[in-house]
Amino acid sequence: MNRPRSAGRGRPLLYTSYAQDIAMFNTPGKRWGVAALFALALLAPFAFNDDVVLILALALVAAIGAIGLNLVTGYAGQVSLGHAFFLGIGTYAGAVLGGDPEATRALAFGLPMVVWIPGAGLVAALAGLIVGPLATRLRGLYLAIVTLGLVFLGGHLFKEARFITGGIGAGRRGAALDFFGYRFDQAGPLLGLDLTRAQKQYVLALVLLSIFAVLGRNLARSGVGRAFSAIRDRDIAAEVIGVGLTKYKVLAFTISSFYAGVAGAVFYSIAGVVEPTAFNLLLSVQYIAMILIGGVATISGSIMGAIFIMTLARVTQEIAHYIPYISTQAIGGGLINVFQLEAILYGLLIIGFLIFEPRGLFGIWFRTRNYWKGWPFSY
Amino acid sequence: MTRFVQSVVTGFGFGSIYALLALGFVIIYKSTLVISFAQPSLMVIGGLLSYFFATVLGLNFFLALLLAMAAAALVGVIVERSALRPMIGKPVFVVAIITIGVDIVLRIVANRFIGPRPRPVRDPWGLSSLEIGGVFIQQRSLAMVAVTGVVVVALAVFFKYSRTGLAMRATALDQETSLAQGISVGTVFALSWALAGALAAVAGTFVGAGSGLDQQSWIIALKALPAIILGGLDSLPGAVIGGLTVGIVESLVATYQGQYAPWLGANFSVVSPYVIMLIVLLIRPYGLFGTPEVKRV
Repeated sequence: MNRPRSAGRGRPLLYTSYAQDIAMFNTPGKRWGVAALFALALLAPFAFNDDVVLILALALVAAIGAIGLNLVTGYAGQVSLGHAFFLGIGTYAGAVLGGDPEATRALAFGLPMVVWIPGAGLVAALAGLIVGPLATRLRGLYLAIVTLGLVFLGGHLFKEARFITGGIGAGRRGAALDFFGYRFDQAGPLLGLDLTRAQKQYVLALVLLSIFAVLGRNLARSGVGRAFSAIRDRDIAAEVIGVGLTKYKVLAFTISSFYAGVAGAVFYSIAGVVEPTAFNLLLSVQYIAMILIGGVATISGSIMGAIFIMTLARVTQEIAHYIPYISTQAIGGGLINVFQLEAILYGLLIIGFLIFEPRGLFGIWFRTRNYWKGWPFSY
Repeated sequence: MTRFVQSVVTGFGFGSIYALLALGFVIIYKSTLVISFAQPSLMVIGGLLSYFFATVLGLNFFLALLLAMAAAALVGVIVERSALRPMIGKPVFVVAIITIGVDIVLRIVANRFIGPRPRPVRDPWGLSSLEIGGVFIQQRSLAMVAVTGVVVVALAVFFKYSRTGLAMRATALDQETSLAQGISVGTVFALSWALAGALAAVAGTFVGAGSGLDQQSWIIALKALPAIILGGLDSLPGAVIGGLTVGIVESLVATYQGQYAPWLGANFSVVSPYVIMLIVLLIRPYGLFGTPEVKRV
């Protein structure tokens, strides 16, 4: 392992080269912390019931999408309200490529997972490549509104393309999780352990997230990532120092869409059925909420935010038992029902975090860490 | 030909609703440089208040409209004071996202009051219509256009001749300088939200008078976004022209698309404003009447 030599001498913060400074795990704390977190994440499916494990698996997949959005909006500063559109494109690309032709009336080719996961990403990336040039023409809020328009156009497209999406009310099944004949969507043994369906999906989600998180982190700390940050901070200054705006803005959208495509395809193959109305403005706002609550321009923040938002529904349901006047049915009864409570919580959390903790969960972690780093001194 | 004129007239009616909403967006944008995504919820709340005053309490329609405008203006001011004032000086994107949060919260509360049935606002026109040369015009559409016209003229006079209007224009131009001239910029912010709330209430009332307010009515308000982009984010005349254009285009597409371009799918008219927006933006990135941003390092 390429360990900074200074760390071995008990001086963990002494960097003697630039490569050490920008290394992915540049402190021992990060190395051990990430290892511990990964171990915890591996143990999680055995600590919870299957329904919770399924929610966690979906949260991990959503985290891939959140990292994608954070790359374009957090790192490159191009506000995109159109993430739902790219998620949708990826979902349907994945479903068409990897869907079981015998199980669905919609178009499906039944290709294996190693083909449809990158395939879904590539199709979505292509959509991003087409949309990307808009970002070179428009700035700031104009871009936000145009990408919002994209969600509505996408929604119409998904509704109308019934041979792909199954249409409103019916929907279609996602792609089959078939890895060279090994099924991640059926209960069975994995590495000698007898796992349930949810647990296997969780493991798959964890592996995929690890891959994409490392890729994202590498991208962010490389020259491309620095170009993104330069564009976000001052685009004209970036252009002056030789960062090609068109190239990097289009690149940001393309990569972000690739992440979204993969996340969408895997998400709905785990969730089961997908309806074309799922890819609406609310979904985009959910992903925005993930990166804002998690932490803008951080990979770990994207993951924290995604887990936070995806488990919010379940947490709300649990809380609802203890609060009076909250109905657990969809219609009538109580002051408000759980779904409304959940939506209100989204809204309040977005407002609250932005006003009181703009750096999100990552910011909270950052301050806690710095407090203990300097303990017992205040700085 | 009759069909064409009929379609344009219908579009004019809807367009005036979009124009009112678009004006609200532009007024807030000009004074605070933020796009308020909370307009949909303000519209629904305004319409719901009109429903309460006109249908439940049985007040005169115009009295109900005025009361709803005042109440929605108050909601706008409360939103500005509580959620947006702490964010002054923060990046505009962050503030815009806060307004999305505000919108979600307010809309859920409003939808809880609306419930499963549509809530119709009782208006004096009902379904009666005029016939001019074979073209049927709903009296309600005419009322919409007339009210919009009155509001637009009143706003223009307010901005041009009143001291407060001048203060608002000055703030839009430069916040610090107007602060130095003794203008209370905070009051201007609150006032723009109040105006936007009142305008949204008028729009909401007419939405409610047409088909009744239901859980999905807020989508209508989002069509004001293509309208402001068309006209340019900081242009008041642009907002009106953009709103009317969006209304007319939508209505024309609804009339002719099924006949000439059925492959675009059912209800393409609903998303047609966004297509127009994309095309216009690619040609003119700051809309038809917007001020190009001066880029500095």
